[in-house]
Amino acid sequence: MSETLVEVRNLKQYFPVKVGFVKTIPLKAVDDISFTIGKGETLGLVGESGCGKTTAGRSILRLYKPTGGEVIFDGELITDSNITRMRKKMQMVFQDPYSSLDPRMTVEDIIGEPLDVHKLCANRKERRERILELMEIVGLNAEHATRYAHEFSGGQRQRIGIARALAVRPEFIVCDEPVSALDVSIQAQVINMFEELQDKLGVAYLFIAHDLLVVHHISKRIAVMYLGKIVEIADADELNGHPIHPYTESLLSAVPIPDPDVTRARKRIILEGDVPSPLKRPSGCPFRTRCRYATEQCAEECPTLTDRGGGHEVACWVK
Amino acid sequence: MDKEPSFKKNPLSLQIDLSKFSQESFAPATEEEKRQQDVMGESTTFFKDGMRKLFRNPLAVMSIIFICLILLVIIFAPMVVPYKYEEILSVEGRRDKGAKNLAPFTYSELEQKYIENGGTRFPHIFGTDEMCRDYFIRVVYGTRVSFFIGLFAAIIVLIIGMLYGSISGYLGGKVDLIMMRIVDIIYSLPDMLMIILLSVVLQETLQFPSGTFLARLGTSMVSLFIVFGLLYWVGMARLIRGQILSIKENEYILAARSIGAKPGRIIRKHILPNCLSVIIISTALQIPSAIFTESFLSFVGIGVKAPMPSLGSLANAAREGLQSYPYKLVFPAVMICLIVLSLNLLGDGLRDAFDPKLKR
Amino acid sequence: MSETLLNVQNLHTSFFTDNGEVQAVNGVSFQLNPGEILGIVGESGSGKSVTAYSIMQILADTGRITEGKILFKGEDLTTWSEKKMQSFRGKNCSIIFQDPMTSLNPVFTIGSQLKEAVVLHTNRRGAEADARVIELLEAVGINEPEKRMKQYPFEHSGGMRQRVMIAMALACEPDILIADEPTTALDVTIQAQILELIQSLQKKMGMAVILVTHDLGVIADMCDNIVVMYGGRICERGTAREIFYNPKHEYTKGLLRSIPNVNNMKERLIPIEGTPINMLNLPKGCAFCPRCDAAMKICLQEVPEEIVINEDHKAACWMNIKAAYEEVSRNE
Repeated sequence: MSETLVEVRNLKQYFPVKVGFVKTIPLKAVDDISFTIGKGETLGLVGESGCGKTTAGRSILRLYKPTGGEVIFDGELITDSNITRMRKKMQMVFQDPYSSLDPRMTVEDIIGEPLDVHKLCANRKERRERILELMEIVGLNAEHATRYAHEFSGGQRQRIGIARALAVRPEFIVCDEPVSALDVSIQAQVINMFEELQDKLGVAYLFIAHDLLVVHHISKRIAVMYLGKIVEIADADELNGHPIHPYTESLLSAVPIPDPDVTRARKRIILEGDVPSPLKRPSGCPFRTRCRYATEQCAEECPTLTDRGGGHEVACWVK
Repeated sequence: MDKEPSFKKNPLSLQIDLSKFSQESFAPATEEEKRQQDVMGESTTFFKDGMRKLFRNPLAVMSIIFICLILLVIIFAPMVVPYKYEEILSVEGRRDKGAKNLAPFTYSELEQKYIENGGTRFPHIFGTDEMCRDYFIRVVYGTRVSFFIGLFAAIIVLIIGMLYGSISGYLGGKVDLIMMRIVDIIYSLPDMLMIILLSVVLQETLQFPSGTFLARLGTSMVSLFIVFGLLYWVGMARLIRGQILSIKENEYILAARSIGAKPGRIIRKHILPNCLSVIIISTALQIPSAIFTESFLSFVGIGVKAPMPSLGSLANAAREGLQSYPYKLVFPAVMICLIVLSLNLLGDGLRDAFDPKLKR
Repeated sequence: MSETLLNVQNLHTSFFTDNGEVQAVNGVSFQLNPGEILGIVGESGSGKSVTAYSIMQILADTGRITEGKILFKGEDLTTWSEKKMQSFRGKNCSIIFQDPMTSLNPVFTIGSQLKEAVVLHTNRRGAEADARVIELLEAVGINEPEKRMKQYPFEHSGGMRQRVMIAMALACEPDILIADEPTTALDVTIQAQILELIQSLQKKMGMAVILVTHDLGVIADMCDNIVVMYGGRICERGTAREIFYNPKHEYTKGLLRSIPNVNNMKERLIPIEGTPINMLNLPKGCAFCPRCDAAMKICLQEVPEEIVINEDHKAACWMNIKAAYEEVSRNE
């Protein structure tokens, strides 16, 4: 593995939830997760809605103040005091290309905002040149600089969002479901752009998504989250070829593959029931209520990630 | 059609007549040609789009025209009409005692004599009142006062409400909780009672240097402003707080934070521009409500101080001679109705055109 | 499978908006046989949902069917009165929507909403209707139906609610079930549950299903026949195998190339360039031509006719006609 860029250590993010008149209990959105991302590498983070993957991405960027744990970026611990400076190196691309762009701003102002905030451009001319350069990188027409975001289609809006993230020349971008709101025919354009930008600029991604095929395509390594915990982390091909954790197994088998013969021939493992509410987490392993192999041990103690060879880490008692 | 047999080899030829095509039709299209098929719509800004919608609404356009007309009249009429609102009519320096309660477009005996002798006299468009004053100019001044009060009150409400609401909405948490409870308390005070009490108290304590505009308006009007400033902003504050809370949920606010923007910049650049339309709309709707309150107070008798007229006090004064001179009530009353109606319609039109929530 | 259940012929549906007429559906024809699962696939703005809504005649106020026929067992639905349509909806044809969160009324219990559907379309009343509700809930795989029917929608998860919606749609065993993006709002594991449920219910009750979705994976998994739509027109239609393994329209080909598949994980995807179609400003010729790599002069000028590729497959692309033309020219 290449040099480590981002190291997440025991990150915890709890939100207080009111249950009585004054009593609150913590909602453990992210509960003790650790992983590393190398320079110019992509880590995919998959999981179902409510598993805490979006929260994890935001906590790493300190958009929420983490309850516990630490994030080390390029050897430097991220704290409240250095976060403004660190935001020049870490950026984010959002899921919804409609609500993530201010409707009252032109494309030029949206892309230019990070330049203004960090005072990266000496004068208006330089700013304008940099904006046009960024628009070209993401494949936008320079003539459209004075238009408003609502005049563009979803794919083009997502390009604007990416240009905004690139403005500060970051080394690391958290991509929070950047293609799931886009049309099928547009998704490939944006995925390709992420890959090309990585080749050209050497940025590392944390690619959060629920579509396993997309994540498999773009990521070098994949982490699977369930109820705030990482249950399995491995190389993308290894994870898809030999999933170990029962949740990963059923997740992979549930993904509909766009190939009639393949998808009809394989055996689906259909999970019973729904994801439990994060407020009522099962004791022990969070997945045990839906797991086919659950034993008594699973109810008593929560398994931790253990290496099963070749960097394939799994948190499961049974397998 | 000598090539007929060859078509039969291909099943497609049975479905479609291939002979109408030439090699040319299957030549690849150039990028240029493809791009021509795919044009982006006309560029419109939010403001332009809203204005276009506003001017398509006939009621709103009528209201705008009417309001402009009234504004022109109240600005320029006092320059054209040679009478003053407090002036008791006189002809060549002699008090015209016969010019009492004249009907519209009539002259008193003295004036008629004067005109017969070759003098010119500006017509009394709305007649005169019981104190021999030109009624038209009084209605014009009354409208001026009402408009001024409406606008001024709305601005007071806007400034206080906006400051309070945006602080409460942006900070959230405990600050928001406390600030909103204060709003709830103020909301529960009876506003009319407060105005009457305040004007009584202020009448005793406040003394303005005579001759100033405030002195001419009278203490009750000043107390009206104060009450507006103290009480009526709560609605605006609540509205803006609600707006900010919902805008804060948008991902572009999060995006701005992830860029590293400071709270001040986020409020200035992202939050305020996005709730501007709601602010404009509710301010536009605040004006008629203030005009209405003023008219009501003046009608009850605690409004502007005589001889300064307002539409409400004119209507109140007209009550006495209602049976003989009904037009004296009709003019100010119709004026209030039209102004309030057109401002309300304009406000509704603005909301339909600019409120992002009503957008498809 | 002899008699056609639903025969849509040259359907045109337009919306009359402030910005002019939007021709959302432009001459769509297809057949649905009893017991068949038909997939309508397309991206947003392709007219796939509008086609489904036109069959049910539940279009928004501004929308209208301007041309064409919808024959249900030989009778034209477009000539039916609203009252007749009301009994058609629910009894002969039901629809489930994308968002199970907003499709249920939050102030009534699940049971009372289901009972209403039962009472409306059958002559079961009182305890008999209650029994039917429990039966329906059991059929869609909800545990403890007696307890569940007394609960409110907010007490159920998304997957549960979609099950309730399906139960409601099945209340009077319709001939056709239209599923408009039934799993788009759901998670993968829940999606698998719901798809499995639809499949098993379809087998048990023998109804026909129209599955409207943008997800090619779901289509590949579920459907016997597929209709591919773009810009309000049908690009091609045929059996699932024909569409996936022998696509004859440039749009379908491009779409299949552009999605990540098990086989292309290590390669760059080949995207379809350009932006989705602007429905207010449809091209004169083929709707896909501005984004098509193979676009020809004729594509810009004329809308391609649908031609038969083989008995299981029809496509509307000039490339096929070009191939035929070239073959004919070569033979001369």
